[in-house]
Amino acid sequence: MEWMSWTLPTAIFFASIAAILVAMTAWELRSASIERRGFLPIATTRGDRLFIGLLGSAYLHLLVIGATSWNIWVASGLSLVWLLVVMRWG
Amino acid sequence: MTKVQNNKAWWLVLPVFLLVAFSAIIPMMTVVNYSVQDIFDQSSRYFVGADWFRQVLQDPRLHDSLLRQFIYSACVLLIEIPLGIGIALTMPTKGRWSSLCLIVMTIPLLIPFNVVGTIWQIFGRGDIGLLGWILNDVLGISYNYAANASDAWVTVLVIDVWHWTSLVALLCYSGLRAIPDVYYQAARIDRASNWAVFRHIQLPKMKSVLLIAVMLRFMDSFMIYTEPFVLTGGGPGNSTTFLSQTLTTMALGQFDLGPAAAFSLVYFLIILLVSWVFYTAMTHSEKN
Repeated sequence: MEWMSWTLPTAIFFASIAAILVAMTAWELRSASIERRGFLPIATTRGDRLFIGLLGSAYLHLLVIGATSWNIWVASGLSLVWLLVVMRWG
Repeated sequence: MTKVQNNKAWWLVLPVFLLVAFSAIIPMMTVVNYSVQDIFDQSSRYFVGADWFRQVLQDPRLHDSLLRQFIYSACVLLIEIPLGIGIALTMPTKGRWSSLCLIVMTIPLLIPFNVVGTIWQIFGRGDIGLLGWILNDVLGISYNYAANASDAWVTVLVIDVWHWTSLVALLCYSGLRAIPDVYYQAARIDRASNWAVFRHIQLPKMKSVLLIAVMLRFMDSFMIYTEPFVLTGGGPGNSTTFLSQTLTTMALGQFDLGPAAAFSLVYFLIILLVSWVFYTAMTHSEKN
């Protein structure tokens, strides 16, 4: 694993992504997701909303890093809010 | 009788998943790791946080090649998709001629990228190339892809159209052949015009193959490297230096692995977003 040059932040990042995927799978097995329409213009399932939330978070980080001089934690905080909003009302 | 969903079949995907893990996911994780560090060798590497991302996102050279790349991919799609549909509609449907057409259409697809670049590099030369000679000496149009930026641009675009339009055409052709004859009979009974037949029968039935064609052509043209590299090396100036060439120069030429890793992640996110938007737009439009 040495060649992959792991750092603690990236390890935590990938571990949380993996944990989210496992948790989503477990949730899906317990109660299957029903496609529905929220404030997003398309009907989505739970997995779709997770994808939209994560992709949006990635772009939010790029925006904050590229266009502002804010701390990166601001982007992470906003992303968390965005992810939760999309998952609940998207 | 209710249909029972058995999700155990998903285990059959496991070998592919393992393969993709080795060929894509693990290398991708490594790129993520590289993008947050300044690496000299295995023992001396330093965590730099988002610095590389900030550097590449504010680099005007990358903004230029990104803009160039978007214009190029848009041109490729706007030319190849309608042209491919048009060719598929006019191709003979049965008999010897259809086989001949299919074979002729397939030939460009079989030629490797660098050979295509070399073919056009020689073909377009003013002194020994047929195309260059005809344009310059016979038609009197000044054409020199090595010195004029717009000539180089048009040449790179024409190369891609020559190389890949037949892929779009063949996909559309297969989509058209899958339409049962009764649809056309019904259209004839209703005295539908050719345009109405195209708009309401052929185009909807071609949707799934067109989706594949649009995605393939977008991703391929967005990653174009070999053709402009062989033709002019990205020149004249930087006029045909697209994203992948900028990235290669950064990673292999200058050995800036950190910024190059950050840049490839941005590149990946752009492709992911655009592909997802295409896919969603084309699959969800029929539901609403």
